[in-house]
Amino acid sequence: MSDIIEINDLHFAFAGTTFRLQVDELRVSLGETVAFIGSSGSGKTTLLHLLAGIRTPESGSVTVVGRDVSGLATASSRDHRVCNIGLVFQEFELLEHLSVLDNILLPYRISAALKLTREIVDRAQQLAESVDINDKLGRYPGRLSQGERQRVAVCRALLTEPPLVLADEPTGNLDPGNKWKVVDALIDDAKRRQSTLVTVTHDHELLDRFDRVIDFSSFHASSQTAEVAT
Amino acid sequence: MNDTLYLAWRYLVYHRIKSAILVLAIALIVLIPAVLQVLVRQGQQQLTSRAVTTPLLLGAKGSPLELTLNSLYYGSGVPEMIKYGDCSDVAYTENVDAIPLHVRFRSQSAPIVGTSLEYFDFRGLSVQEGALLKRLGDCVVGANVARQRGLSAGDSVISSPESALGIADEYPLKMRITGVLASSATPDDDAIFVDLKTAWVIEGLGHGHFDLSDERAAENVLSRDGNKITANASVRQYQEVTDENIRSFHFHGRRSTFPITAVLALPEDRRSMSMLLGDYQDNDTVQLVRPVEVVEELLQTVFAIQNLVLTALVLTGAVTLLLVVVVFVLSLKQRAREIETMAKIGGSRGRILGVLATEVGFVIVLGVGIASGLTWLTTIFAPQIVQQYLMG
Repeated sequence: MSDIIEINDLHFAFAGTTFRLQVDELRVSLGETVAFIGSSGSGKTTLLHLLAGIRTPESGSVTVVGRDVSGLATASSRDHRVCNIGLVFQEFELLEHLSVLDNILLPYRISAALKLTREIVDRAQQLAESVDINDKLGRYPGRLSQGERQRVAVCRALLTEPPLVLADEPTGNLDPGNKWKVVDALIDDAKRRQSTLVTVTHDHELLDRFDRVIDFSSFHASSQTAEVAT
Repeated sequence: MNDTLYLAWRYLVYHRIKSAILVLAIALIVLIPAVLQVLVRQGQQQLTSRAVTTPLLLGAKGSPLELTLNSLYYGSGVPEMIKYGDCSDVAYTENVDAIPLHVRFRSQSAPIVGTSLEYFDFRGLSVQEGALLKRLGDCVVGANVARQRGLSAGDSVISSPESALGIADEYPLKMRITGVLASSATPDDDAIFVDLKTAWVIEGLGHGHFDLSDERAAENVLSRDGNKITANASVRQYQEVTDENIRSFHFHGRRSTFPITAVLALPEDRRSMSMLLGDYQDNDTVQLVRPVEVVEELLQTVFAIQNLVLTALVLTGAVTLLLVVVVFVLSLKQRAREIETMAKIGGSRGRILGVLATEVGFVIVLGVGIASGLTWLTTIFAPQIVQQYLMG
């Protein structure tokens, strides 16, 4: 199976802080579901941002979906992210003034690299149906429960059918019932489309669902390599 | 709809109250000075056009402005009365025509203008329905009076008492409408025209009553001495002139002493005008004014006030605009996370700025659009607005 993520000798630091992230080598295959675990501040979210091209490493290479994103110009990095990576955030990051449907369609409205068509709208409705929010497409996020909001965010991340989905603590704000719904939606989609899912989580109940778990605790402390702890 | 426009529009619709306030603020910043300009320009035009067609005005010594406003625009301020003989004096002058005016009474809010038939020719007024004055007690009504009160030829109007208690000398008179004037977009549209003698009847200088020589009027008679009959206060005076009682109407006193408010003096040439002005230059009781000069003086005052108001409005507008900018900048800070989200999921800086700029653009376009629409409406209705609220 080909690698969709390939990190070599990655070094990253936040200016003005002692935080340092170093990853000598990390590979994730296409179709694999991976969970990043570790204590707060261990660099899980930072690594997701590096993978997404939102942050740029000091040195090393980060190849995602066949392209080294570490040295990409802002516009190229953005277009690569839009077309290849779906993002799910802990705080949902929905736009309050847009309806559920418009929030799901937002990548197509805000990015010049994507074109909104009737088929895309149909796909958005199908995704909403798959996570049981199809009857709430006209509502604003403020009138949804936390679980419903995260399911909207999941639909938005999956709408472009990206080969890689990066989810940053997607169940962090959810009750147990909604937690499983969201995780199931993400994993089922990855299995169905043979795409890759990388999730940051603190919830150890979820780990059995993933193909692989990468523990960041020792990783940050030693500032050496990412250990694979399955 | 274009995605940028759509996203901007959705934001404004969701925050509709905030958006409406901003749109209203922008609209008012544009609207108030624009409407002020339109109305002042219209007022200037109406005042000037009326004044330039009225060469000279004779009236009692006093305020030339009050005389002009009353005689040309039927303003509610009534100048001191002059005598009808003054009108005759002007008319005797070579190459000068004279039209008497009696603008003192009203029927509800409409001024009753007592004048002669020459006035209609002078102002170019034509009858749209019915005919001009036929006899004593007749009136023709202006187009607006007819429309607003649903009047037509054959109906009647009653003069209103000058004082609230109705204890002044004048008598309410029911007048027969013989015609309705075509609209002229001048104060004449809001007036009721009567013959000068009818105005004098309202004034109490002329009246009609039972024939006291008739035996049936014995109880009203105090004494008889040949042709001289003295009646008591029980003699009932007619409140309306009819074909039956018109013969009983008569005036007491010399007509040359009867009051009028002004005389429109119409010299045929500049020489006659100069001579007439010279004749009245040192008159102790009456004044001869050129309405165009009076109006120009008035307009200079109006323009000075307008400039002050405009300066205040510009300053207020600038402060309001500044507040709008502050509101927008503060909302940008509040929306930092939303902007970051749009960037994370693929929005370029240009596209995001485009959405934000379009929101501002919508507010400005809507505000200016509303202001433009209302200004356009004001322009259309300016003649009526000025006539009704500024000159009424």
